[in-house]
Amino acid sequence: MNGSIDVSLGQVAAALALVALAVAISSWRRAELERDIVIATVRSFVQLTAIGYAIKLIFDADTIWLVLALLSVMILFGAITARSRAKKVPNAFWPLLIGLAAAAATTLGLVVALGIFEPTPRYLVPVGGMVIGNAMTASAVALNRLGDEVGESRAGIEATLALGATAREAAAPFVRRALRSGTITLVDSTKTTGLIFFPGTMVGMLLAGAEPADAVRLQLILLYALLGSVAISALVATGLAYRNFFTPAQQLRELGT
Amino acid sequence: MRAVRDHGPVLFELRDVSLVRGGRTVLDSLSAEIELGATAIVGPSGAGKSTLLRLLNRLADPDAGSIAYRGRPLEHYDPLALRREVSLVPQLPALLPGSVESNLRYAAGLAGRGLDPGRCLGLAGLDPGFAARDVGELSVGEGQRVMLARALAQQPAVLLLDEPTAALDHGARDAIEATLGQLRSELEIALIIVSHDPEQARRLATRALRLEAGRVAACGPLEQALA
Repeated sequence: MNGSIDVSLGQVAAALALVALAVAISSWRRAELERDIVIATVRSFVQLTAIGYAIKLIFDADTIWLVLALLSVMILFGAITARSRAKKVPNAFWPLLIGLAAAAATTLGLVVALGIFEPTPRYLVPVGGMVIGNAMTASAVALNRLGDEVGESRAGIEATLALGATAREAAAPFVRRALRSGTITLVDSTKTTGLIFFPGTMVGMLLAGAEPADAVRLQLILLYALLGSVAISALVATGLAYRNFFTPAQQLRELGT
Repeated sequence: MRAVRDHGPVLFELRDVSLVRGGRTVLDSLSAEIELGATAIVGPSGAGKSTLLRLLNRLADPDAGSIAYRGRPLEHYDPLALRREVSLVPQLPALLPGSVESNLRYAAGLAGRGLDPGRCLGLAGLDPGFAARDVGELSVGEGQRVMLARALAQQPAVLLLDEPTAALDHGARDAIEATLGQLRSELEIALIIVSHDPEQARRLATRALRLEAGRVAACGPLEQALA
């Protein structure tokens, strides 16, 4: 897995031919996505180039503090992004932030403690980025679902509260389903990995000239780490967020007040 | 403490209770006493009847004013214990997924009561065979009776009923009304029934609290309050 390849800017520019094809298809079939495709292309170039320089800086500096700073910023932006998809959950930011931080800390802590990866920037930065990205998606999906479920089931939740159940008991079925919906996408894609699609890490390693066996093993490690991180983030985010629907007197809060 | 009648007939005492929701005044400086027995809360739609009912077992709190239950301010009670003693049956059935019996058992368990499913169902006018039924198979009328049976499984002292027959046809309505009348005589449960129908209030209650636009229009013996 020590293979390394050189990719020139010319090669990247050549790949834009495929973007041009996408724009042409959109224009031809009037999908009205041309503008979005161009924005996506420009943004991906700018963002990835910037993060590439940042990663190079961190690799060169070779200090754990810069890694932690970068991961903290990713967690912060992850929580802000996920919050915009969980609008129906009151004060969703903190549950998301804590969920992402817990997922990152536990996952990275375990892979280092178990001796899977060395605690160096070369491993922690890319793995941390993948973990946080997947955890963000999972917790956003989970809280989005939680917001929908609680909104649609207010009568049922109040009927359960009216029996003297706690907020936790009344919300339990919805928290359970939200956790499930946040986690299931990755579980399903993990089931079909290798059959229907090749995951990114493996593709990247094969392209970079690695042995297929190495590429597969590293991919498996990452998939397993992601399963753990996704479950942790969805568990923590839903477990904290449901409380925001209730008052300390175990009342369901009025929405929009 | 204002009230000295700890064992008097007053169940709820409301003083200057106000509540605003979405910029609208739902309850406006409402003061009233609700006594033991059967009281109907009547008034036109939007008068604040259901909102008032939800305040009595603290599913919501007023923005201003105070409510006392048996002489003690509501906020001095543990809300969970209060809700098991003052049980609210909402307007439409909202049962937990599963069997009728599992719903009864859940409610009884929360209140720390033993359960005789047949008796609870019987009190709500249902055959004991309903215990095994899945709640998804019930009609609205049957569901509403199971809601009543579920509340009774907690052996509450007060039943708050929000338009208990609004969603039902005449036959089911008459059956529920007969059941409620029987409950009063058999179990000595205090009933507080929200109804938009003065005739139903006459059939079920001995006292009435008439609301209009969030204020008390009349409160007292039935005919007097409904006049």
